[in-house]
Amino acid sequence: MAHLTDLAKERATEAAVRARPAGNFLRRGWSETLIELMIRLSGVSTIAIVAMIFLFLLREGLPTFLDIPLRQLFGSRWYPIDELYGLWPLLVGSLVVTAGAVIIAVPLGLTTAIYLGEIAPMWQRELLKPLIEVLAGIPSIVLGFLGWVALAPIIQSLGAPTGLTALTGSLILAYMALPTIISISEDALYAVPKEYRDGALAIGATQWQTIWRVVLPSARSGLAMAIMLGIGRAIGETMAVMMVTGNAAFVPDLGLDLPLSPVRTMTATIAAEMGEVAQGSQHYSVLFGIGIVLFVVTFAINMVAGRLVGSVVRKRGGSV
Amino acid sequence: MANNPLGTQRHARWPGWVLIAVLAWAALSGCASSAGDEPGTSSRAIQNKGSDTLVNVALAWAEAYRVVAPDVSIAVTGGGSGTGIAALLNGTVDIANASRAIKPDEIDAARANGIEPVEFVVAIDALAVIVHHDNPVDRLTLPQLADIFTGRITNWREVGGLDAPIVLVSRESNSGTHVYFLEEVVRLGDSEIRDIFAAQTLMMPSSVGITSEVSRNVNAIGYDGLGYVTEEEKVLAIARDENSPYILPAVNTADDGSYPLARNLFMYTAAEPEGAIATYLDWILGPQGQAIVADLGFVPLGEGGDNGPSD
Repeated sequence: MAHLTDLAKERATEAAVRARPAGNFLRRGWSETLIELMIRLSGVSTIAIVAMIFLFLLREGLPTFLDIPLRQLFGSRWYPIDELYGLWPLLVGSLVVTAGAVIIAVPLGLTTAIYLGEIAPMWQRELLKPLIEVLAGIPSIVLGFLGWVALAPIIQSLGAPTGLTALTGSLILAYMALPTIISISEDALYAVPKEYRDGALAIGATQWQTIWRVVLPSARSGLAMAIMLGIGRAIGETMAVMMVTGNAAFVPDLGLDLPLSPVRTMTATIAAEMGEVAQGSQHYSVLFGIGIVLFVVTFAINMVAGRLVGSVVRKRGGSV
Repeated sequence: MANNPLGTQRHARWPGWVLIAVLAWAALSGCASSAGDEPGTSSRAIQNKGSDTLVNVALAWAEAYRVVAPDVSIAVTGGGSGTGIAALLNGTVDIANASRAIKPDEIDAARANGIEPVEFVVAIDALAVIVHHDNPVDRLTLPQLADIFTGRITNWREVGGLDAPIVLVSRESNSGTHVYFLEEVVRLGDSEIRDIFAAQTLMMPSSVGITSEVSRNVNAIGYDGLGYVTEEEKVLAIARDENSPYILPAVNTADDGSYPLARNLFMYTAAEPEGAIATYLDWILGPQGQAIVADLGFVPLGEGGDNGPSD
């Protein structure tokens, strides 16, 4: 009998042990469903917001591509007063300034990140990282002002007819993209497991070989992400660019002095002219048309970069 | 030890109470202020919209007029001359500001809406053509300016200056000043001419952008309202053609019409003004209103000039 009651007791506790998690599950079920729903909503809302922005752009800007002959849209003059809506100089302007910024910012940013993550001693890293974050916090208009007051005269003294040039814009944009590129690349380098470095060093690689052959390839997708976000920051920037590039809407000649000619970017055009167009006018819809072009260009750059990163990772068989 | 977490917890609740207190205070004061505004519904509100050239003057007028007539509130917005006139035709504003005269097709549209716009010249704006102080050129004719700004002349040597490229500096194309310069200088006032600014023209988002680029760039030439020009730039004397006298912009030369680039700035009402609007316009055209015009660097209307409605 005694062992029977013991058995019953054992079964009862067993049941209780089993029931407890079940009870917890029921109680968690409420909050978990709720949290799951909220997370799903936030995820879906991001997609919905992007889709709505694009639909809005399409609704306002599509008349541009229907009403104005394509030949005129790809013309070389932008002069809305006479209904000359050539987007070509604006597109070239944006691309020249952004390309310049990328050429300047990417090598600088990546080497800074490598120095911070792989080479610099702890005390330097702790001093430099907050400083770079401060750099990221400087409002773009302040940088634009700096470019206008300090940088433009220097560029002009290089022999350009004016200091308000594509190069001035590129330098300011590079400066703005640097903190983004540095912090995200540094995070990507940090994510590379310590064992990789130890392994490389253990088989006799130098520090440089370790960085170049092991760390950088493993962090490749993160580094590409850093560069993409840097480009995104550069191509979408408006105010600083409007202040220092001169805003002359013409297609500069390809040549050595290309960086020293003034350009007008798509963003600056929208910002400068949106305030005064009558809603629903042709000029208004063309400005939204520029928005569509900007959106498509950014999207295309992201797609291409995503593909590039993906193919590199697949080829190397790595994944980080 | 056990007290400590409690203490911090109470501390953490502090901001919540503060927030509620602030909100309550804001709500109460909001009620109070809206209650204070109630008698204001019987006072007159004037809607004023249009030219960005005039917007600073219009704001200064509206502010100063509060002291003169506290029961009249004037809401001033910019948006451009065309926007202001369009709003007047739609009946959404009482006074439209314009840095150009109303166009014939706008008058037709107004008549179709049963509106007869009445024009008032409220100030004069002299446009100065400016270069760097080190530029030896100190006078130009209008046809020379047209050749320069359309890009037919690209070197200062061709107008008696140094052998250096000309850098053109202009306001953005949505500016009324830009349109005036386009019509009166680039197209020489001839509506048959369809010339436009050279593509290389630097488009500045503000008047200050023009003056500061001209003051530091020896190759630059720009134009700006006389009120925006400083000691840092050199103002050119302008002649209508090579046989006419070269005149420097100034209050008196703009006023007597001898300086070729002086333009009227306008206010339009939807009908012959009455009541508060008429009193306001009279005050603007009177000594107090015109003193504000002069303070902001525009040219006030001459004594006994065309102060009345010219329509």
